[in-house]
Formats: sequence, C-alpha cells, structure tokens
Amino acid sequence: MDALDLSRWQFGITTVYHFIFVPITIGLSALVAGLQTAWVRTGKEEYLRATKFWGKLFLINFAIGVVTGIVQEFQFGMNWSAYSRFVGDIFGAPLAIEGLLAFFLESTFLGLWIFGWDRLPRLVHLAAIWMVSIGTMLSAYFILAANSWMQHPVGFTMGDGRAELTSIGAVLTNSTTLVTFPHTITACFLTAGALMLAVSAWHLRRGNQDEVFRPSLRLGAWVVLIAGLGVLITGDIQARVMTEQQPMKMAAAEALYETTESASFSLFTIGSLDGSEELWSVRVPSLLSFMATGDPAGEVEGINDLQAAYEEKYGAGDYVPYVPVTYWSFRLMIGFGALAMLIAAAALWFTRGDRTPRSRWLWIAAVSTVAMPLLANSFGWIFTEMGRQPWTVFGIFKTAQSGSPAVSTGEAATGLIALTVLYGILAVIEVGLFLKYAALGAPDIPPASDETDKPLAFAY
Amino acid sequence: MELTTVWFILIGVLWAGYFLLEGFDFGVGILLPVLGRDDRSRRLAINTIGPVWDANEVWVLVAGGATFAAFPEWYATLFSGFFLPLLVILMALIVRGLAFEYRGKRDSARWRRGWDLAIFWGSVVPAVLWGVAFANILRGVPLDAQHEYVGGFFNLLNPYALLGGLTTLALFTLHGAVFLALKTDGPMRAEAGRLAERLALVAVPVAAAFLIWTGAANRDGLGIALSVLAALALVAAVPLTRARREGWAFTATGVTIVLAVTALFVTLFPNVMPSTIDETYNLTVNNASSTHYTLTVMTWVAVIFTPIVLIYQGWTYWVFRKRLKLSDIPA
Repeated sequence: MDALDLSRWQFGITTVYHFIFVPITIGLSALVAGLQTAWVRTGKEEYLRATKFWGKLFLINFAIGVVTGIVQEFQFGMNWSAYSRFVGDIFGAPLAIEGLLAFFLESTFLGLWIFGWDRLPRLVHLAAIWMVSIGTMLSAYFILAANSWMQHPVGFTMGDGRAELTSIGAVLTNSTTLVTFPHTITACFLTAGALMLAVSAWHLRRGNQDEVFRPSLRLGAWVVLIAGLGVLITGDIQARVMTEQQPMKMAAAEALYETTESASFSLFTIGSLDGSEELWSVRVPSLLSFMATGDPAGEVEGINDLQAAYEEKYGAGDYVPYVPVTYWSFRLMIGFGALAMLIAAAALWFTRGDRTPRSRWLWIAAVSTVAMPLLANSFGWIFTEMGRQPWTVFGIFKTAQSGSPAVSTGEAATGLIALTVLYGILAVIEVGLFLKYAALGAPDIPPASDETDKPLAFAY
Repeated sequence: MELTTVWFILIGVLWAGYFLLEGFDFGVGILLPVLGRDDRSRRLAINTIGPVWDANEVWVLVAGGATFAAFPEWYATLFSGFFLPLLVILMALIVRGLAFEYRGKRDSARWRRGWDLAIFWGSVVPAVLWGVAFANILRGVPLDAQHEYVGGFFNLLNPYALLGGLTTLALFTLHGAVFLALKTDGPMRAEAGRLAERLALVAVPVAAAFLIWTGAANRDGLGIALSVLAALALVAAVPLTRARREGWAFTATGVTIVLAVTALFVTLFPNVMPSTIDETYNLTVNNASSTHYTLTVMTWVAVIFTPIVLIYQGWTYWVFRKRLKLSDIPA
C-alpha cells in the first residue's frame, strides 16, 4: 500500500469511529435536556434521577467524540494536503465557522453544566444543557455543509488551480445539505432513542428501578419510531436528490449495470463480486425507480451508460465505485434502521398499560437495539463516501490527486497504525465504562443538605 | 488594512488565546505528580481546570480551522510537513481529554494512576511540541517551489526548535503553578506559590535565551521590543507570587505568553512559513491566503461571533471564580 491508500484507510477508520459516538451525543444531549426540563417544570424526582443517569452516559460518550473530532480536523492538512490546497478557499470556511459557533458553545456550556449543578440558578443551569444540544446540532450542520459541498459542489468558480468561493449562501443552502442535515439529525435521535430503549430494557428485565426505566423505555421507543419515520422520509427525499446529482452512486447502490425503466430493488443478491452475474435475489418490483425518481415507472441509469457518459465528460478513467461495498452498505443501512424501528414498535406494544413481557427473546431483542442504529449510521457514511469515489469533490477533484506529497509511506503507516491501535484500546475502555454506568442504574437523590459548604456536584 | 493582514493577526490572536488558556491547564497537568501527592489533592488540582479545559482546547481547533479557511496553503504545508509531531500531539490530547473525564469513573487506584500518567504525559508532550513547531516556523523550514515541506522528521529537531520546546514547557508549567496558587486555598495555595518561585528560576533564563536567539537571528525591532516586555512581565511574576498577589502574578505570566506569541507573529510577518531553500519559495500572507471574498465572509463571521464567545467564556471564569480547597472535594 502507498501513502494514499494508507491515508484512505486512516480516514475511513477514524471517521467511522468518530461517528459511532457523535450521533449518540447529538441525540442524547437533547433527550437529557428534555428530561431536565421535565424535572424543572414538575419537580418530580424521577426526572432528576433520569437526567443524571442519562447525563452520565452522555458524558462518557461525549468525551470520546470530542477527542476523536480533533483528529478529523487535523488530518485534512496532515494526510490530504493537496485536497486542502484545492478546496481550502471553500471547505475551510464551514469548518472554521463550526469551531467558532458550535465547538465553543458545546465545550463552554458543557463545563458549566457538569460543574454548575450547585452554582447556577436552576433555569440558567437548564439553559446550559440546551446550549450544548444546540451546539451539537450547529456543529452537525456546518460539517454536513462542508461534506455536502464535496458531494455536490456549488457556489464556486475554478480559479488559479483551485476552487474558489463565489457564494457562501449557496454553500450553506446547498440542496444536498438541506436534505442531509435532517436525515442525519433524525438518525441521531433514532440512535439515542435506541440506546435509551436498550438500557432501560436491561433494567426492567431485572425489575430494577421501574419508576425510572419504564418511562425511559417508552420514551426511547417513541423517539425511535418518530425519528425513524423522519429518517425514512428524509432518506427518500435524499435518494432522489442523490440520483439527480450523483446518478452513479444510485446505480452502484443497486449494482444496476444496465439502464432500466421501472427498476426493481433487490433486498438481497448472491452473485459475482462485480455484480455482472446474478445467481439468486429477492426483489421488490419498481421500488428502485420509485426511490430514485419518485415514479415507479421511472428510468434509472445504469453503471455502464454512466461510465460511458463520464468518460466523455471527464476523460478516460474508471468512474465506477467499488460496487459490492455500495450495494451492501446501502442495504445494511436501511435494514438495521428498519429493524430498530420494528423492535421499538414491539417494545411499545408489549409494555402497554402496566404490562411487562416475560419472553426472554423479546428482552434480548430490545437490548440489542442499541447496536442497530450505530451500524446503520456507519454503513450510511460508508455508502455516501465510497459511492462518491473516485472523486473527493464530485466531478472536479479525484481522490488520487488529494494526498499529501510531503508525507512518506512510513509516516502514513505510522499514523494509521498508531491511531487504530489507540482507538481500539479506547473502545474497550469506553464500552467497559458505558456498561458499568448503564448497569449502575439511576442514582438516588440525597435530601438537600446544608447549603453553605456543599461539596461539588459532578466533580471529577 | 489588507484582509490578509487582518487574518494573520486573528490567527495570532487565536494562538495567543490558546497558549494563554490551555497553557495553564497544561501546567496543572504537568504539576499533577508534584503537587498531587494523594488522590484528594490530585482531584483538587484537576477540579481547578475541570470546568474550562475543554473550552480552552477548542481554541486550537478554531486556530486550525481558521488557518484552513484563511490560509489554506499554510494549513496544508504546515500540517503535512509536521506530520509526526502533530500525530504525537493529537494522541497526547486524546488520552489527556479522556483522562479528565474517565479517571474518577472507576474506584481503583491502578485505574486512576494510569489516567494520572495520561494527564501528565498528555500535558508535557504538547507543551513541548507546540514550542518546537513554532520555533521551526519562525526559523524557516525546507520548502520547495510548490511550498511542499521536503525536510523529513529530524530536521525539525534542531537546537533552536528544542530550546523553543523547552521554553513553552517552562512557561506553561510556571503559568500552571501560578494558576493553581490563584485557584486554591490552604496548603496547595502555599505550595503552588513556592513552586512557582522555583520554576521561575528555570523559566526566566530559558525564555530569555530563546528570545535573545530569536532576536539575534531575525533582527526585527518591534519583535525584540515585544520580547523584552514579555521577559519583564515574566520577571515581575516572581515578586508578585511571593507577595501572594496571585491574581496579578497570573496576569503577569499571561501577559508574558501573549506578548511572546505576538513577538513571534510580528517577527514572522509577512511570511507565514519561510523557506530555508530559497527566499522566493517563502509562504507569505499573500501567496498562502484564500480569496478576498472568502476572507470577507470570514471577517464578518469573526466580527459578529468572537465577542459573543469571549463574553460567555469570560462569564464561565466568573461563575467558577471561587478558590477551591480540599474540603470542597467530596471524599
């Protein structure tokens, strides 16, 4: 492998890893803020206990999301300097704005929230966690604007060997951003809801703290269902935008080689790796045409036609992404998301009224929900990014041109190995802590003590 | 004023802010093994920076992002050229950040010892390497005609750069000691104060040597004047600490750091990264910058949002202004 391949692996690994934690923190910060709001409004102790319990799990995830985020920003310059030179005039702006508007907000108000339980007036303290939540969403918006520009470059002109910004408004209102942002945010809520559902199910099964975890389970399940519906709707719109802007990605998602009218969608295919030969598949008629165009009879362009068209437009070369990855990641994204929704619906049904089901399998399913959105999110990004290949910036800049000439193969290998090993160790530690605190359950709230010399709440 | 100059200044401000703020929380991390002899006093030390270290660290993220947006050529050359040191800094910051959050999350002495080591090394390593990096930027590095770094790793470990690393290490450690004296009460306050006096005995000569070398090598009048002022502020911190005027002492070490960074940027201007191969290969504010349009957009964003950020960050320090003592730390 050369430095470029190593950098690609590093980017893939660090990004997927970072994005395991980010959706949890985006969704959970809002849910914790909601629970704390419920406590402030009603004064019910259960809400405070729930706030502290989910807040702790939120913090364990937030920490690792933050520290891995630094790598995300720095590796553009470290491993992808040619890319950075080419797009810096445009791509750097949303990144810098993200820092100034979102990161400062999140980190400052998180410090106030963690350490401010006894120092801030109750409403100000509540506002702090809402600011954190707003910060996480602003952050998502700006980073998705930057990514969307790579998927669908707008508001620029080709200047002296680089892309130059002509309209920041166009970049921030890119149609791709406008469909990707709600899709990602609803997926974040789905993720946090599933986590809530799973952890609550584990406790309910053991008859632990029903007063905290029964409402939490039902809240989590509702969040999964409602957010899941949002993911479906936004995903549907996004598929059409994508088909229009990156038809090759849609064709690769289905491994559709020939242009087809009223194309079917295969749920499952066994065939040769390059997709040219199909041995067995399960198909839904016309679904692909509907997803891609909104019309069951619509025409979906195939890989072969698109390859010919791209060669004519961009010159000789291979414009087909690695199809097995796009094909399976697309299905696994949808499949795992749908499975989480199915389990959430079942959980709501079986816990209606005061019921607590006995079936062991039902509980196992409920607890395993936590993994499904995480997998769906990862496959979603793998699909989005791999489906864009060979381009880093669609239609204007290729991945092969993007690497850092100053970085040797040895350096790139060092980076890849060091970060992968470190991330692996940290994953074990994080999961261990997460399980420990999830199993501990909600804390008891001690009766209000003497106010004068109170020890710090939530101190390190 | 040219927008490229404005952004050169703003990036200088971001780095000065970063070193001023994270400088003291690095210092606290470095002093953890010295001042935190038992677990409770370690927790006391960590809690002095608990509410703010994360926001302090964001300054470097914004500095990086702003460099990317305003001077993409600089960002690309610097970050790819200094690949290995940056990788080490990143890994240090990762384990350090997690250490603060995770060290108290398990009731085991071994667990906490491990994370305490992570805090120490996670603070020492960036404190040294940022100095090494900036000294190299100032000294100039081998850049070719395409502005690519062609120097390799060991080129970065020259005596001047290593002295730069020693300088930031000494300054941040002292800054951290003064901060601990300012933010605690009881035995730690006294101990941190005494330690600060001794640290100054190291920091003053090391920083002076670095500033003299810098002044001699660059002969930039304003840069030298600012360096002298920085050195005076550093010297002033000693009697202020001894007099237990910790607020003023902290102001003095803070002023030292800000003036030193200012001197560095003033000396550098209009270059952002000089080439040691050929002066015509120098990266300057002009050939490294974004377009006028991008700089205009970024200027508006900065003008509107920087004051807001400064206000709420300042407010955080006000909220947590109380000195901490051992009895504040729950057993």
